[in-house]
Amino acid sequence: MTELPASYLASFWGMILRDLAVLRRGFPQFITRTVMNPLLFVFIFTYVFPHIGQQIQAGPAGVSYATVVVPGLVAVGMVFQGISAVALPLSMELGVSREIEDRVLAPLPVALVAIEKLVFGAVQGVVAGAVVFPLVMVIPAVPVAIHVASWPLLVSVVLLASLTSGALGLALGTIVRPQHIGLMFAVVVVPITFLGCVYYPWALLHPLPWLQGLVLLNPLVYMSEGLRAALTPDLPHMPAWTFLSALTIATVVLGTIGVRMFLRRTIA
Amino acid sequence: MTAAVRVDGLSKVYSPDIRAVDGLDLEVRQGEIFGLLGPNGAGKTTTVGVCTTRVRPTAGRVLVCGVDVQADPPAVRRRIGVVTQFNTLDRACTVRENLYYHCRYFGLGRTDAVRRTDELLGQLRLQERAAMFPAQLSGGLAQRVQIARAIAHRPEVLFLDEPSAGLDPQSRLALWELVEGLRTSGLTVLLTTHHMEEADRLSDRLAIMDHGRLLAIGTPAELKRQVGAATIMDLHLERPSPELVERLAALPGVKEARLLPNGIRLFATGRDGLLPRAVELTQGAGLHDLRVTEPTLETVFITLTGRELRD
Repeated sequence: MTELPASYLASFWGMILRDLAVLRRGFPQFITRTVMNPLLFVFIFTYVFPHIGQQIQAGPAGVSYATVVVPGLVAVGMVFQGISAVALPLSMELGVSREIEDRVLAPLPVALVAIEKLVFGAVQGVVAGAVVFPLVMVIPAVPVAIHVASWPLLVSVVLLASLTSGALGLALGTIVRPQHIGLMFAVVVVPITFLGCVYYPWALLHPLPWLQGLVLLNPLVYMSEGLRAALTPDLPHMPAWTFLSALTIATVVLGTIGVRMFLRRTIA
Repeated sequence: MTAAVRVDGLSKVYSPDIRAVDGLDLEVRQGEIFGLLGPNGAGKTTTVGVCTTRVRPTAGRVLVCGVDVQADPPAVRRRIGVVTQFNTLDRACTVRENLYYHCRYFGLGRTDAVRRTDELLGQLRLQERAAMFPAQLSGGLAQRVQIARAIAHRPEVLFLDEPSAGLDPQSRLALWELVEGLRTSGLTVLLTTHHMEEADRLSDRLAIMDHGRLLAIGTPAELKRQVGAATIMDLHLERPSPELVERLAALPGVKEARLLPNGIRLFATGRDGLLPRAVELTQGAGLHDLRVTEPTLETVFITLTGRELRD
């Protein structure tokens, strides 16, 4: 593909419009899906726990647990959206209903149909992050100390994190068969969430070096750490070059796998 | 004049022992309804898959409106409309949205897409269903929406892959009328079917395929003439025997006699006087039924392959 004719962009835009219309119609479900997990999490651990005299300390002394988990929960919100907004429907469209056929037959390279899914997953990731953020700021009974040290850093992290989420959704949606979707949540979603440095900063894992090394395979780690660097710069976090390059690599690798698998599933 | 579809030496091998299409040559002329008739597994769907850029050929070349399907798939897709065997309507979108967004995928702007959608809803009498979702439609209606969608971007060639599979007889008739109506707009239609009546009624020309190869090509009338018999007589017998086949074959006017599991089939040039003679000869063989027909595409297929077309 050496050129990108305007007609390809028109087709691509048509697909974005279609996805927007479907998202608009299903917005209540989108909100419920996005909000439920972080809502209950902050409610229990940062509202109920302080009230019943329980304490979790997963950061430096004097920093509330709510402050520690805010960036992580935003990251989970984004990645979860990438999976449920891209992987779930795509798996069905490719495997059961073959609805994707009409878009595969549109006059643009099939790889762009896959990339549209990735991009739209990223858009939803950003929306999900924007929905989760105020929520996890407001609910905790303890003070949440957030300040944006660098806006360009925040924008880059959000952009790369959402693209990584979309790419992960595309890869999973093209690999996982519809009958194994339930299993995917147990095998993929739950482990990456718990091992994604969401509920604790990565640096604090140093007493468990094997785990600290292992979790580096998890793209969510770089999203959590990136948002931590952008929103809670005083907490321990990875250096910016690490998560920025890791997220770029994750997007490219997962995106390539996703596009390849998409082509294999649609063109015999 | 450029052929609407030109297939040269097409082969598709899925695995060493599955040759779905095996050296196929075919030409579909502009403006005709061309039928591809054959049993399930004959290679029809694979052939259409290659023509519509969804299947990569192992060997050979396919041109659609002069454009090579492998060299520029998006350009081919702009010129074709496709209705597959499955209901591939977008289930998250209404009937109207299915048409509207399809137009957008093909580069129409907002206003044009709205206008074309309204036009199609009217033309295919779908206005009342415009706000319905695909899951609420009957098989026949869903197929009508799929056809509306396939012609929305005004393609030059429409591919219909087993369009009436799974439809009730009434919906099937409605579909046939719809397809016949499309002919007047100058659209080329390539239709695959294993339903011989459908092929007979709709096709200007048709090709018979089996095991990935072309067996015969021509107008339905030409193909039926190929059988070389004006009359086919099926004698249902309890005790058919090879000797009886020989004796029947020797009757005047009989071109050929074939032993079937449940009787004997005669291919004859005429029917004058044949009936009483055949009945007389089969005395003692347990004749219990008799059917005299003209050749159909089914008989053409049986003559060519020795097998029945039905699955």
